Amino acid sequence: MTFWERNQLRIAPFLFLAPAILVFLIYVIYPIIDSIWVSFHQWNGMDRNALNEDGTLKNWKWVGLENYYILFFDDEEFYVSLFNNIRWLIFSLLAIPIGLLLALFVNQKITGIRYVKSLFYFPFVINAVVIGVIFTWFYNPKYGALAVILNFFGLDPIPVLAEEEIATYGIIIASFFPGIAYTMILYITGLTGVSREMVEAGRIDGVSGFTMLWHVVLPQLRPATLIAIVVTIVGALRSFDLIAVMTAGGPWGSTEVLAYKMYQESLFNYRMGYGAAIATILFLIMDIYIAWFLYRLFKNEKSEK
Amino acid sequence: MGGKMKKLLTLVILFTSTIASAGTLVINSNQSGESSMNAFNSYVDAFKAAHPEVTVVVNEFEHEAYKTAIRNFLTAEAPDVAVWFAGNRMKFFVDQGLFQDVSDVWEDAGLNDLMASSKGSLTVDGKQYGVPWGYYQWGVYYRKDLFDQLGLNVPRDWEEFKWVCAMLKKNGITPITIGTKFLWTAGGWFDYLNLRINGYQFHMDLTAGKVSYEDPRLDAVFDHWRELIDPGYFLEDHASFSWQDAQAPQINGEAAMYLIGNFYVPTLESAGVVDKMDFFQFPTIYEGVGVAEDAPTDTIHIPSGAKNVEDAKKFLAFLSNAEAATNWAKIAGVLSPNKNAAKPTDRFQVMGAKMLAEADDIAQFWDRDSNPDMAGAAMEGFQEFMVKPDREDKIRARLEKRKS
Repeated sequence: MTFWERNQLRIAPFLFLAPAILVFLIYVIYPIIDSIWVSFHQWNGMDRNALNEDGTLKNWKWVGLENYYILFFDDEEFYVSLFNNIRWLIFSLLAIPIGLLLALFVNQKITGIRYVKSLFYFPFVINAVVIGVIFTWFYNPKYGALAVILNFFGLDPIPVLAEEEIATYGIIIASFFPGIAYTMILYITGLTGVSREMVEAGRIDGVSGFTMLWHVVLPQLRPATLIAIVVTIVGALRSFDLIAVMTAGGPWGSTEVLAYKMYQESLFNYRMGYGAAIATILFLIMDIYIAWFLYRLFKNEKSEK
Repeated sequence: MGGKMKKLLTLVILFTSTIASAGTLVINSNQSGESSMNAFNSYVDAFKAAHPEVTVVVNEFEHEAYKTAIRNFLTAEAPDVAVWFAGNRMKFFVDQGLFQDVSDVWEDAGLNDLMASSKGSLTVDGKQYGVPWGYYQWGVYYRKDLFDQLGLNVPRDWEEFKWVCAMLKKNGITPITIGTKFLWTAGGWFDYLNLRINGYQFHMDLTAGKVSYEDPRLDAVFDHWRELIDPGYFLEDHASFSWQDAQAPQINGEAAMYLIGNFYVPTLESAGVVDKMDFFQFPTIYEGVGVAEDAPTDTIHIPSGAKNVEDAKKFLAFLSNAEAATNWAKIAGVLSPNKNAAKPTDRFQVMGAKMLAEADDIAQFWDRDSNPDMAGAAMEGFQEFMVKPDREDKIRARLEKRKS
């Protein structure tokens, strides 16, 4: 037997995996490591090897932990962004119960419900930029629909996106638009898997309404809920597009989140090292969360077996 | 098989190299608005007619996206010509060695004489690194019909300006419209207040980072600004509006004045209100301070990584052609820096040209004069001040800390 014939079964999986691993290494792992490396430097994004006339590096300077020091102790905006991220985390979770309600609503057998379903799903298909623009117009305190509605009730228009206290909530509400549609679809798929026997058994025992939902249906929707939570939280942590379109981080940076601040610092203010430090912090936050999540997932799977 | 591969490879190399080398001129442009694009195309067409041997390829970028894209393409895949801005914005790339010295183009095409007035803003250490194609004035665009109705005259000094604002306000008209969502419009106000109060040299020292944001001379700037903010002369909720959103109140006749650049005029024309509009120079605040104006200059450059430098230089030198230079500037609604260009006929441009010719000094604009690092942060502070003027000390302390 040749070497290949003897080891075929052992080697083949790696050969099949190789292209994917290679791409993953180049486009995911390498940039992560490089970002962390950049975060220890002062860099304006230009050629790292360019030299000054006296032979020192022009654009690239080792500063150790200075970027992190500034971030934590010398930059109030960092805490504004961090706090906004937390607000995003907490409030965007509201999309999940609303999505569940909608899913229960459209999961009935009524003629034409298919069309209603697709209408509710539609926001998820629309690009986030378009949603951002629509909501910006909606909030426009002079000509927007919100102002018209408030005027109708004799109230003064609220400049949602210009008030530092409420602008972030205004954007989060806009994010509900596609978010709810997505969780709804997750739950609709989940609902098709709910066992009829259990529901029937519940009925026979005289359970209905909320008790039925809470004790019989919801436990069976656990996988859907889990995915919905993960997707929503990751989405909240990387929220960026809506902010860029709706407020550009303003008024005066009060709606910035970490991802947006990173973009702003590195691409507009030419502070790549500082931007990379923010990215590293965001990476660590997400990592802690994902590690916890995977841990929970594996533990659950084990206990179910 | 090896031979076949080799042949194929040579073919590929031959093919790609013909694209890249002589005869093809690659231009990256940010002239993406309708009128700017037409203007730019008219120049390219004129150039093609004069130089039929050159194939021109234009890559069009969206104006804002271009500002981030340029750093990538200058270092990675440089075009032969890139559109950009004069002043500090240009100097940044010159310091990085990313723009070529084009002093020879200035010399050979006679630009030293033709464009003498703009030479300074394209010069670093005595060498020129680009050629200007257009510049435009800033000032107050106002509703003449509203002024006439209320019997108001064009204000020449600060007291008159405040009085005009007060009268407009009293009659239910927003005196000044502005949209600060993208910040730079607030930068325009700071520029003018500081230029009128502390003068050009101080302003340049501030943008260069040589003066503290807590310098007592800046107190007067913020105090004067407050005299407009506290009585509510600026459009309400301006932080929610982009500069385009802020046009609506003026076009609808609900707001009277707008401190903005001449690129505003095409909108006024298409909205059909241009006949009701007029323009005045930002009023004097302190007598004896030299008159300086914001007049941003738009430019073209040759990146250091350009492959077809020879044709790129032809493209830059072609701006000495008075007719082509005139058309580019005219269609884009700006002034041509070429002194032989046809005199503008549009009344706003005529006023602008006169005002700029009489100015003692020309500034580029806040975010073109300042370090990129500082420009955005400062304008964010100006926006915050316009909404929460009580935070003045905090904002100035924050900016000073960031600068150092």
